[in-house]
Amino acid sequence: MQRYILGRLVSLGLSLLAASLVIFAVIEVVPGDPASYMLGLNASEDTVAALRDRLGLNQPVPLRYLHWVAGMIAGDFGQSYTYKVPVADLVAQRLVVSLPLAGYALALAVLIAFPAGLLAAGRHGGPTDAAVMGATQVGIALPNFWFAMLLVLAFALHWRIFPAGGFPGWDSPGAGLRALTLPAVALALPQAAILARVLRAALIETLGQDYIRTARAKGLSEGQAILRHGLRNAMIPVMTIMGMQFSFLLAGAIIIENVFYLPGLGRLIFQAITQRDLIVVESVVMILVFAVILVTFLVDLAYAAIDPRLRRRV
Amino acid sequence: MRAAFALGLGLSFAALAAALVSLVWTPHDVTALAIAERLRPPSAAHWLGTDHFGRDIASMLMAGARTSIAVALVAVGIGLGLGVPLGLLAAARRGTLADEVVMRGNDLIFAFPSLVIAILITAVFGPSAVNAIIAIGIFNVPVFARVTRGAALSLWTLDFIRAAEVAGKGRIRISAEHILPNVASLLVVQGTIQFSLGILAEAGLSYVGLGAQPPLPSWGRMLAEAQTMVTLAPHVAIFPGLAIVLTVLGLNLMGDGLRDRLDPRLRRAA
Repeated sequence: MQRYILGRLVSLGLSLLAASLVIFAVIEVVPGDPASYMLGLNASEDTVAALRDRLGLNQPVPLRYLHWVAGMIAGDFGQSYTYKVPVADLVAQRLVVSLPLAGYALALAVLIAFPAGLLAAGRHGGPTDAAVMGATQVGIALPNFWFAMLLVLAFALHWRIFPAGGFPGWDSPGAGLRALTLPAVALALPQAAILARVLRAALIETLGQDYIRTARAKGLSEGQAILRHGLRNAMIPVMTIMGMQFSFLLAGAIIIENVFYLPGLGRLIFQAITQRDLIVVESVVMILVFAVILVTFLVDLAYAAIDPRLRRRV
Repeated sequence: MRAAFALGLGLSFAALAAALVSLVWTPHDVTALAIAERLRPPSAAHWLGTDHFGRDIASMLMAGARTSIAVALVAVGIGLGLGVPLGLLAAARRGTLADEVVMRGNDLIFAFPSLVIAILITAVFGPSAVNAIIAIGIFNVPVFARVTRGAALSLWTLDFIRAAEVAGKGRIRISAEHILPNVASLLVVQGTIQFSLGILAEAGLSYVGLGAQPPLPSWGRMLAEAQTMVTLAPHVAIFPGLAIVLTVLGLNLMGDGLRDRLDPRLRRAA
């Protein structure tokens, strides 16, 4: 088990190293140099020179890269050029919205997908299965931002159950949760459709196995056999997809936050793009990629917890 | 299942036909503004109504199909063009450094969701349809590389490949002459799936302003412009969204049907 974790940790470190190199290189190839790009065409040479100096652009490239990485490890992501505050503070304020939103959406996706997947697998080949599968096909084809607009039209403007946008903060958790409900549903439904299909396929795959036949032979109904023995064995592909989905939800939230005017990471990054604040763009992208890589790592660990055979392999 | 495949085929061809016809004819001029005609509901003159500038929505949807299909198609082309050779190489050199480099490179790209790639590219070069193509295309590369490698690895163990090796053919030549034709059907299926994902991704990117820029018509941007108008004239927001859903649904159903037809071995529960 220790060897397995160690192997995963090494691969986590290498992935982060490679990702940081890629992001740093992309920002480096910006037309002109970052300082003149950020200040625009009308900036005087003195201002550009001053910013170059502040950003340390006069130092050699490898040194700047090391400086950036060392800063991030110490929790220092640099200072936003437009907001004049540390990027770490900006990100922390925004994560308070984006993380709960992604978590809420994933929870909803699981709550919808598991009953749907179990139902379809339990009655596979029948009309219930066909209905669930048809619904998931439509769910997969839904662009979440359009679905979000329809939700606003129905539940915010017509019935006035949920707010149409904005975020009141967590002072009143109820109000905060209400503001995140429509965005979370919009994010969750297409993901739930994918998850339900994967779960159904994995469950049906287990139905042909000997242990399910044994369970049926000792008198369990097909539904009971699936719940008690099939589900755990179907979890590996389901967990892989859930891991990918969490990263997708974090990135997908970038678009949904725009529909609902939520002050999350997504809006931060778009404001940074329009204001040409490369320091914020670079750091937020690194944080998003870090989140994806970290979730992959955690899913790998969870595999080992679910499937003991994996612990012996590296 | 046959009905689902037929529906998928029909929807996909409808979208393609709309895009092709829009090259020579649309019911109205896509760029003509007619403020007096703004936000009209569907009628005989304007089948799907007009938007906030009085432009004909049906015409804009036809022209938007062109952008969506072009972006998604080129992105699939990038994925195929780079991913398939890499996947073939990794399988032919299984367990070597080349294999390891390709697979770790794949993992690295997977850590960058296409939206994040698009954000990076846009932050540096500014938004455009070309950048959307590059962002979606880069994301497609590891998908095709993995599918190709996976399928090729199982082919390398088969007797007819062994026979080709014994006959003195090199691994590159075997990859091109024997492996590639046998993974082609799988690539067609995967291509359809990536094509539909590309249409969704293009819509999302142009919705947030990272994709096609005016005056290039685009479904995603139509939705972005409709957002503030949604209470006054819901049809402005509903039709572009329906166009996306029906096209993506059609491609997915077609992909499922093709998988069943082209490769019976793949006939799985999903």
